[in-house]
Amino acid sequence: MEKSNYKTIVFSALTIILNLLIIRFSFRFLGQDLKSIIGFGKLGSISVFTGRTIFILACLGLAGSIFPLVRRLEKFINLSFFVTAFVAVATLILWAGIDSKFDIVGLLALSLRLSTPIVLGALSGILCERTGVINIAIEGMMLTAACIGFTAALYLGNIWLGLICAVVSGAVMSLLHAFLSVTMITDQIISGTVINILAVGLTGFIRRSFLIRARLSRTAILPIITVPLLAKIPIIGAIIFTNQPIVFMMMGLVALITILLFKTRWGLRTRSIGEHPEAADTVGINVFKMKYQNVMLGGMLAGLAGAWFSLETTGSFDDLMTNGKGFIALAAMIFGKWHPVGAFTGGLIFGFSDALQIIFQIKGIPIPPQFLWMLPYLITMVVLAGVIGKSTPPAADGKPYIKR
Amino acid sequence: MSKDNHMSEEILSLKGVVKSFPGVLANDHIDFSLKKGEIHTLLGENGAGKTTLMNILYGLYTPDEGEIFIDGQKVIIHSPADALSHGIGMVHQHFMLIPNMSVCENIILGNESKKRGLIDEEQATGRIETLSEKYKFSLNPGDMVKDLPIGMQQKVEILKALYREATVLILDEPTAVLTPQESEELFEILRSLKDEGKSIIFISHKLKEVLEISDIITVLRDGKAIGSVRPDQTDEGHLANMMVGREVILKVHKEKMHKGKPVLEVNDLTVFDRRGVSVVNGINFNVHSGEIYGVAGVQGNGQTELVEALTGLLPFVSGEVIIDGAKIEGDNPREVFERGTAHIPEDRHKYGLVLPYPIRDNLVLCSYYHKPFSKRLALNFPVIIEKSSKLLKEFDIKASSILDITETLSGGNQQKTVVARELGREVKLLIAAQPTRGLDVGSIEYIHKKIVETRDAGCAVLLVSSELDEILSLSDTIGVIYKGQIVKTLSSEEATKEQLGLLMAGILEKT
Amino acid sequence: MDVKKIFKLRAGYQDLLIPFLSIITSLVIGAIIIYASGANVYAAYKGLWQGSFGNARTIAETFVSTTPYILTGLAVAFGFRCGLFNIGAEGQLYAGALAAAYIGYAWRGLPHFIHLPIAIIAGIIAGGIWGAIPGYLKAKTGAHEVINTIMMNHIMIRLTDYLVKNPMLDPKASVPRTAYILKSAYLPKIFPGFRLHWGFILAIIAIFLIYYILFKTKVGFEIRTVGLNQDAARYAGMNISKNFVLAMAISGGLAGLAGAGEVLGLNYNLPAAFVSGFGFDAIAIALLAKSNPFAVFPSAMLWAALRNGAGLMQVRAKISIDLVNIIQAFVIMFIAAPNIVRYLYRIRAEREKAGVLLTKGWGQ
Ligand SMILES: Nc1ncnc2c1ncn2[C@@H]1O[C@H](COP(=O)(O)OP(=O)(O)O)[C@@H](O)[C@H]1O
Ligand SMILES: [Mg+2]
Repeated sequence: MEKSNYKTIVFSALTIILNLLIIRFSFRFLGQDLKSIIGFGKLGSISVFTGRTIFILACLGLAGSIFPLVRRLEKFINLSFFVTAFVAVATLILWAGIDSKFDIVGLLALSLRLSTPIVLGALSGILCERTGVINIAIEGMMLTAACIGFTAALYLGNIWLGLICAVVSGAVMSLLHAFLSVTMITDQIISGTVINILAVGLTGFIRRSFLIRARLSRTAILPIITVPLLAKIPIIGAIIFTNQPIVFMMMGLVALITILLFKTRWGLRTRSIGEHPEAADTVGINVFKMKYQNVMLGGMLAGLAGAWFSLETTGSFDDLMTNGKGFIALAAMIFGKWHPVGAFTGGLIFGFSDALQIIFQIKGIPIPPQFLWMLPYLITMVVLAGVIGKSTPPAADGKPYIKR
Repeated sequence: MSKDNHMSEEILSLKGVVKSFPGVLANDHIDFSLKKGEIHTLLGENGAGKTTLMNILYGLYTPDEGEIFIDGQKVIIHSPADALSHGIGMVHQHFMLIPNMSVCENIILGNESKKRGLIDEEQATGRIETLSEKYKFSLNPGDMVKDLPIGMQQKVEILKALYREATVLILDEPTAVLTPQESEELFEILRSLKDEGKSIIFISHKLKEVLEISDIITVLRDGKAIGSVRPDQTDEGHLANMMVGREVILKVHKEKMHKGKPVLEVNDLTVFDRRGVSVVNGINFNVHSGEIYGVAGVQGNGQTELVEALTGLLPFVSGEVIIDGAKIEGDNPREVFERGTAHIPEDRHKYGLVLPYPIRDNLVLCSYYHKPFSKRLALNFPVIIEKSSKLLKEFDIKASSILDITETLSGGNQQKTVVARELGREVKLLIAAQPTRGLDVGSIEYIHKKIVETRDAGCAVLLVSSELDEILSLSDTIGVIYKGQIVKTLSSEEATKEQLGLLMAGILEKT
Repeated sequence: MDVKKIFKLRAGYQDLLIPFLSIITSLVIGAIIIYASGANVYAAYKGLWQGSFGNARTIAETFVSTTPYILTGLAVAFGFRCGLFNIGAEGQLYAGALAAAYIGYAWRGLPHFIHLPIAIIAGIIAGGIWGAIPGYLKAKTGAHEVINTIMMNHIMIRLTDYLVKNPMLDPKASVPRTAYILKSAYLPKIFPGFRLHWGFILAIIAIFLIYYILFKTKVGFEIRTVGLNQDAARYAGMNISKNFVLAMAISGGLAGLAGAGEVLGLNYNLPAAFVSGFGFDAIAIALLAKSNPFAVFPSAMLWAALRNGAGLMQVRAKISIDLVNIIQAFVIMFIAAPNIVRYLYRIRAEREKAGVLLTKGWGQ
């Protein structure tokens, strides 16, 4: 009881301070008649007074964060947190929108696109961890797949074959993870670390031995697909139905894996192994086979995520190009409580923060870019700290299953 | 009963089964055979190899040697899937249920019927309801297993086997978690299954019930099959002798109690478990010096959390605890320790010992930080070595030296290490939770003797055990715990097993 | 006497044999890769050897790299002992480097015997704080330190980039870097004419100190108990949270010292292009050493030799230096899964001893 009160006070204090800072910040614009232009894709745009809007929003945010303190209600912490986060983001958007249109639809479309590898990575994590295998090697699998996919696309001259090779290479790396952690009963975090280090060496080796020396650096990227009719729906059409293939696959996989996990025989068995492998074993389920199968499926998803970097985005491969996204994917998975839809939401938040950072940089907002780059990592830490609420992993997650 | 017409055919037999684990020969050329429609009991003390033998039959362990015959045919059982396909079902000693899933999901797992690619839950629910009605289980397929009391969970386990149409049912120590009355209820179910022609392997180490339910009893000792007897040809003393290999004194020798002032006073204590559920609900009792206060109850009525709260491992939600006249804050094991409390924890591998440590370090696990075991920041090894060598001898821990890794000790010696650490100093209060769980008879006798000695030295003892016999033979005063409250306190002379059983089930009214 | 005792107490002969065979096997795999990519195996490995131990200068250089490897390796090993997986040594090293550089150039007019220790201590404290944060988060919220330390690496690398390019920038420099530290903050060289500096001696001292803390003090006993069995530690009245924070702070402090050493003994400034990589390799070093402080020394030396020799290997055999990373990954793999090595060389398993087990889900 005492503790939660303490938590409420600390949290409210933080959100109150942040809101006050925003109010203080709004004074910069209050004197001047500055206007922000917010665009909504093809629907047009509106313009509002920057200073006043920020001021009013922050006052609402302040009210929202004082509320739980007055009522001493812990359950409103989340509310005040979200309200404050919304106010902060809106402030940034209004600031960026001064005198030059800030397109919300563009922002959301970019967010969805940037969330793709994170969501796929998180799905990969879900498949592994629901069968009780912790996978911190998503990063390494993605990196390997990005490299192999790109190399294959170059050498085979077909980007779709490259995509397939990326997925296969993810599966191969995950086979190693399964072998080490399921058969060899290696600590799963160490096994994952081995793969991450191996991936750095392997991809660097391939890049310097084959790609740079052969002066190969670029390929085409996967084409944009416009879904007939649906793409014409205002706003949604531009955000969801006009995208590259891996983004579509990501959305489809979220739905598919949700159904598979909670409605089918495979899903029930998978979940049972993650919760209690002995119980699964005693009803005749082949625990080892399922673990291998799911870890490898997870590897394929990570491979798809890797292909997003080289084949869907840049058309090239760089050292360490996955840049910690594999770990952010794990945070999204935890945020989403090991549920595909939750992970999708988590991934979107990270994609959103990434998109904000890119747009701000393009708009030349005077925040040092280094701080914007830090944003996703900071959010990850906040998420992990359980600010959004407790998230319990499958009961047997990370525990090796030893059979006599 | 219609014994003779279908009891002659042998449907299953094990021949010359051998299984060894590092350092133990768990099964040593065991022969066992089961006839159709009989209840065949495997009797043996802890560690005799009963579970191992059944795990081999069920395909969980691969035997080193030996053969299995079913209906006269030699079979090889690689996995539980094979066992299930031969119609063998097993209710494990530690339930194989997934707490976070529903009764229905737990039952159909591994045996799911499909409809258009998805699981056909409707059909499954229907079948479960029919079965549940037939055997009067009153289970609701939609309930989460973690919300069910332990007795109900056992029924889910039985239903799991029946759902798969098992003809041979193995029950590994099913009565260990039940009240005497619940055990009776279980026996009724077993008899009706037997009348249907199913064969049952029943495992236990409780002599009375074994005599009551069995058609035939096979006794295991130290991994060997000692022999098989019919209940009408034997009695408790004879069975005990077969089981342990020597004359057993079933009664603990105990002087009359010299009750002193209260050492532990618990007033209106409420404790939540780690999930935040209230499991100890305003409990009240006192334990006096020179008294053994036994807490009797069915597993899961708040005993674990009560002990954890008293020993500082869980915080109090409300209420007060007074040890030796001073109120304690709670949530701080060291505070309790420093008030002269010894704690033999329920789970010695989890709390009691750091298994990879040498015995020496485990013997000073709680006292390393104060003089003379450490000076300022540094540990004082000469003193630690001297003290631990002394304890090793005094408490008769069988090890070559204090540097032996604790993990390599037998269960009995591991528990003696815990006891040595806890009682090897001045104590005013001993809190012993399941102190003999899983131990062999020799170690049990030793630990009982130590507990009685401690009480005779004027210490207050709180004994929590799920073994009613242990409570009855050791305690001076018995408190029955039900749903986190002491529903009745009685002196051990006036208590009977039947009465305790009813109280534990919450049936007799409170006083 | 003590050293022998640990080896008797904690190391069977397989504990030495398996790492040795792991290294050999990994080198063989490396050879296969070299051969497969069409290069000369002999030339490559000869280059690797000469680049690391070929002459007095390369040997001294190997010890120059051994220094941060020892310290970061100890950092990770110390975390392991408390059951914590500190992947953040890299970030903590940066934090130490930043603090030492700042004290080194900004605090003027102090004599050497005051300035140098302050700069070193600042590095240790900065690294310690950066390490303690994930320790605190784990203790209070259960957030897993693996992800948090990785996140904090990314954050620290960005922060360093920002600080070095903005407030700490030396405007006169042609590449972005901080100002040079003052002579009064230099870690002196050990031998004239070689770059090997007193940081190496500090690292050796750290080995003994960490051994002493872990095995001879109350704090060490608590940390090891928490690392092996948290429940028992709590039962014994130890404060788990305190030990998490303390272990991570000490671990971070060691990594911070490594960063300070690089700045004060080698670079004399902190460039924006500072890339160490020591913190990541440290994981492998700690695993190879089985978290034994004394065994960290040879492991660190091996890693330094591989790192230093890789350049000459590339020149001689035209093989990418990344090969070394691959070899290293295999070394850890074999160490972490000794059964593979046992299988390859038909070694029978000893009684399985409890190792570090880190995987404990994601906390809570
Ligand atoms: N998985 C195992 N690993 C090592 N030893 C075991 C294992 N299972 C059982 N044992 C040992 O085998 C012996 C028999 O155990 P068990 O079959 O469980 O006895 P019971 O069920 O009769 O109490 C005991 O000494 C026990 O310690
Ligand atoms: Mg048993």
